[in-house]
Amino acid sequence: MTENRSPDRLPAPDGEPVVRMTGVVRVHGEGTGAVHALRGVSLDVAAGELVAVMGPSGSGKSTLLNIAGGLDRPTEGSVALEGRELRDLAPKQLAELRRRSAGYVFQDLNLVPSLTVAENVALPRELDGVRTAKARREALAVLEEVGLADLGDRFPDDLSGGQRQRAAIARALVGERRLLLADEPTGALDTRAGDEIIQVLRQRADAGAAVLLVTHEPRYAAWADRVVFLKDGQIVDSAAAGMETAR
Amino acid sequence: MSVRHGLLALLSRGPRYGYQLRAEFEASTATTWPLNIGQVYTTLSRLERDGLVSRDDQGDQDEQGRVRYAITPEGRDELDRWFAKPVSRADRPRDELVIKLAMAVTTPGVDVAAVIRAQRSATMRGLQELTRALRSLDASSEAAQRLVIDSMIFHAEAEQRWLDHCEAVLARPSEENP
Repeated sequence: MTENRSPDRLPAPDGEPVVRMTGVVRVHGEGTGAVHALRGVSLDVAAGELVAVMGPSGSGKSTLLNIAGGLDRPTEGSVALEGRELRDLAPKQLAELRRRSAGYVFQDLNLVPSLTVAENVALPRELDGVRTAKARREALAVLEEVGLADLGDRFPDDLSGGQRQRAAIARALVGERRLLLADEPTGALDTRAGDEIIQVLRQRADAGAAVLLVTHEPRYAAWADRVVFLKDGQIVDSAAAGMETAR
Repeated sequence: MSVRHGLLALLSRGPRYGYQLRAEFEASTATTWPLNIGQVYTTLSRLERDGLVSRDDQGDQDEQGRVRYAITPEGRDELDRWFAKPVSRADRPRDELVIKLAMAVTTPGVDVAAVIRAQRSATMRGLQELTRALRSLDASSEAAQRLVIDSMIFHAEAEQRWLDHCEAVLARPSEENP
C-alpha cells in the first residue's frame, strides 16, 4: 500500500550487531566523589534480538541504555551503532546518527499534548527534514503496527495509559530506526497494558529491530531472547532462552 | 498435587478408560504433570479399594481387554469436599530451594552469592521457556492450559523476586564489615 520501506526491511550489515559496546566504563564526577556507574561492560544487540537488562537500582541499567543510544558517552571503551564508532563522530554527526538509528521509550512518555497522536509520531521525521505528507504516511504505517491505526487523530490525553505508551513506541520506531531502547516502558501501567507493550516490543524484534529493554519485572524480561543481570556496573550473569540461542 | 482427585474430577464427566484419563489429565494441565500409565492404574485401584470408583459394568471392555472406570456416589462426595476445601500450606511439598539457601547461608565455605546467581539464571531460563509456551498457545487453546502456565509464570516470578531479595539482604552485612 505504500512504497516506503518499513524499518524491518532494511538489510542488516553482515554479521554486524546493531549496537556493540566493548569494555564500557562510565564514571560520573571526579576524585573522591567519583561514581563508577559502569565498570567494563561489553554487550552486543543484534538485529531481531530482544535483550533485557535487569538489576537493582543503581546497578547502571539506565546508564547502559543511554550509552547504547549515544545519549551519554563512555569514559572508557567503545560503542558502535550500525558499525559506526560513536567516539569518532563530531557532535553534529552523532546527533544525526542517533536520530536516524535509535528510538527511545521512557517511562514518562513525553508526548506533546497539543499535537495529535499521528503528529507526535511524525514529529521526529519532520525534524529529519522529511516532508509533512510523507512523515504522516510513515506515522500512520507505524501506528498501525502498534495497533493504534484508528487513533491517529486523537490527542494524547484522550488515550489510555497503555495506548499512550504504544504511541510513544510508534514515535520511537518511525523512520528507519533499527535500534529501540526502552527504559521501564511498562513501569506505570497495569498488567494488561504492560502485556500489550511487551508484545509490541517482541513483535518489533521479530520483525528485525534490535531492542534493548531495561526492566525490573521478571515477567517482562522473560520475553527477551537474552536477559543480562547488572550489578554494581558489571554484567554478573545472563540467561538465554532456548537451546538454539544459547551460545 | 493430587492425581487422585484429578482422576475423580475427570471421571465425574463420565466413565473413562485409563489411557483416556492419562491423556485428559495431561491436556488439562498443559502437560505440566506428565503421568505414566502405571500411576494411573495404581491410583485407580486405590480409588476402587476405597469405594470411590467402580469398574463400569455397562461399558464393555475394549478389544484389548481394557476396563472402563466410573465414579461412585461416594466418589462424587469426596470430589465435592476436595473442591470446597482450600489447599493449606502444609499440604504442599517443602521447597528444596528454600532449604538449600538456608543451608548455604549457615554452612561455612559456601558461596551463597554464587548459589543465588546460578539459581536466578536458571529460574529466568525457565521463565523464558514458560513465556514461549504461553505465546505458542492460540485462541483455541483451553483456558485450563493457559491458567496452568500462568500459575507457573507467577511462581517463577515470585522466586526471582525472592532471590533478588535474598541477594539484597545478604549484601548488607558484608558492606558493613568488608
